[in-house]
Amino acid sequence: MGNSILSGLSTAFKGMSLTWKHFFSSHKQRTILPASNDNYFKHLEGTNTIQYPHQQLPIPEVGRYQLDVEMDDCIVCDLCAKICPVACIDIESIKATEAIGQTSDGTTKRLYAAKFDIDMAKCMYCGLCTIVCPTECITMTNQYDRSVVKLEELTYQFSDMTPEMAAQKRREFEQQQAERQAAKLAAMQKKEEGQ
Amino acid sequence: MSFYVTYFFIAIGLFGFSALFALFGVYAERKVSAFIQDRLGPTETGKFGSLQTIADILKMLQKELIIPAAADKLLFMMAPAIIFIAVYLGFAVLPWGPGLAPSRLNLGLYYLFAVLSIETLGILMAGWGSNNKYSILGAMRSAAQIISYEIPAGFALISVVMIAQSLNLQTIAMQQGILSAEKPAFAGFWDVSQIGGIFAWNIFRAPHLIIAFIIYFIASLAESNRAPFDIPEAESELVAGFHTEYTGLRFALVFLAEYSMMFLVSMIAVVLFLGAWNTPLPNMGVVQLATWTTGAGWGILWIVIKTLALVGVQMWIRWTLPRFRVDQLMNFCWKVLTPAAFVCMLVSGIWRICLM
Repeated sequence: MGNSILSGLSTAFKGMSLTWKHFFSSHKQRTILPASNDNYFKHLEGTNTIQYPHQQLPIPEVGRYQLDVEMDDCIVCDLCAKICPVACIDIESIKATEAIGQTSDGTTKRLYAAKFDIDMAKCMYCGLCTIVCPTECITMTNQYDRSVVKLEELTYQFSDMTPEMAAQKRREFEQQQAERQAAKLAAMQKKEEGQ
Repeated sequence: MSFYVTYFFIAIGLFGFSALFALFGVYAERKVSAFIQDRLGPTETGKFGSLQTIADILKMLQKELIIPAAADKLLFMMAPAIIFIAVYLGFAVLPWGPGLAPSRLNLGLYYLFAVLSIETLGILMAGWGSNNKYSILGAMRSAAQIISYEIPAGFALISVVMIAQSLNLQTIAMQQGILSAEKPAFAGFWDVSQIGGIFAWNIFRAPHLIIAFIIYFIASLAESNRAPFDIPEAESELVAGFHTEYTGLRFALVFLAEYSMMFLVSMIAVVLFLGAWNTPLPNMGVVQLATWTTGAGWGILWIVIKTLALVGVQMWIRWTLPRFRVDQLMNFCWKVLTPAAFVCMLVSGIWRICLM
């Protein structure tokens, strides 16, 4: 009984003196050091927490944060959408009537992206899409802090085509297909006549 | 008629004081907790976050007052008012300085203890009226805890009353300094009626009252439902205990009551044990520090400083010690505090007969 009272008092005193020390000691602002620095664990003593929006920890170069797509380099191969484990990438492609142009690494672009949506609310930040991309147009940026008012705003739309443009391209492709079909038919007829 | 005006003026003044103290108390609590945990606390609203609680109360005032469909409407709506009024009534008898007390009640301490018990009723009403299992659990715990801890607190106070021979708080305050009619004696034999200061305080007039003071202080933590005795609110178990269902202004009222209660119990401790509004500075020969620093204005200053220091200790304890379990709480009250308080009372009786 007496012992337990004594140990209760002494442990309470120990705790109180610890918090008393912290009350007065931890007022230095933390300096931002990368984790690779030798002083990294020592400089946490006697400092307060990081004042987040004003201070930010450096991000590792290979960090996996929000996705970004460079549409000029995208050949709309759909590999990223296929590899995505959570199916957060939604791509709709339109075949072009001819080669549209070239990406920065020299690959010829033959498809338009009518839709290229990435649902960042679903994304699990695994980075598989960035590995499979043949032109390295889909990358992970250093942006990790994003808050939105509506859930839809978390679906990032990367396609730069308006619906009208997409409809026109579709029509052009159908027209080309129809022309080719007609040409093919004509050629077949010619062949039959030739026989 | 004019004395009615004075009454209203004083009542509004006390309400304003408790509201201002609650605003300051919440801010101080957040800062203290932050510094103890190596954080900075509120920093964005105003200089050093000083306007944070004002922003909070403005937000609170605009919120919708939701009454749960299954709640007992009358009990639910009345409870916060009763909880606050019980605490607010307690301020009526507390002396602020020589000749400065809202009410010179002969039964001051008795009245104080009686009205503070009403708070339990309000908490029970809140818990039962909410019709929510967390609320009722919190309310039951609160009632059990407050009723239990009133016993050691009461006996600790009685040991002071036996020394002081009065229930009038202003009389008890007067005895602990140079304005005393009878001769205060340090530790029972050294006459300090001309010296005053810290030596004439009750805990030094009869040193066993130091233990009584500690007992009362621990019990007062339990009565104001503060950590380590916050099992009625126990965030990790009961959401928020008896005030889980409250929103907006009603929630603000419960909060106001909690902080007013902190100030009130600390002020009772100061009045009974720590020399009330008397100065801690003694007269030393020609340097008449006690005489210079005694007066109505000084009295208010001293009692506020002492009370805020005790409130600070309450906050410090809250952010250090972990919460008691229910059985530990009851063991501590009935097996440690109550017998110790009885012993203090006994010593007080002997002290009064033999040494005063």
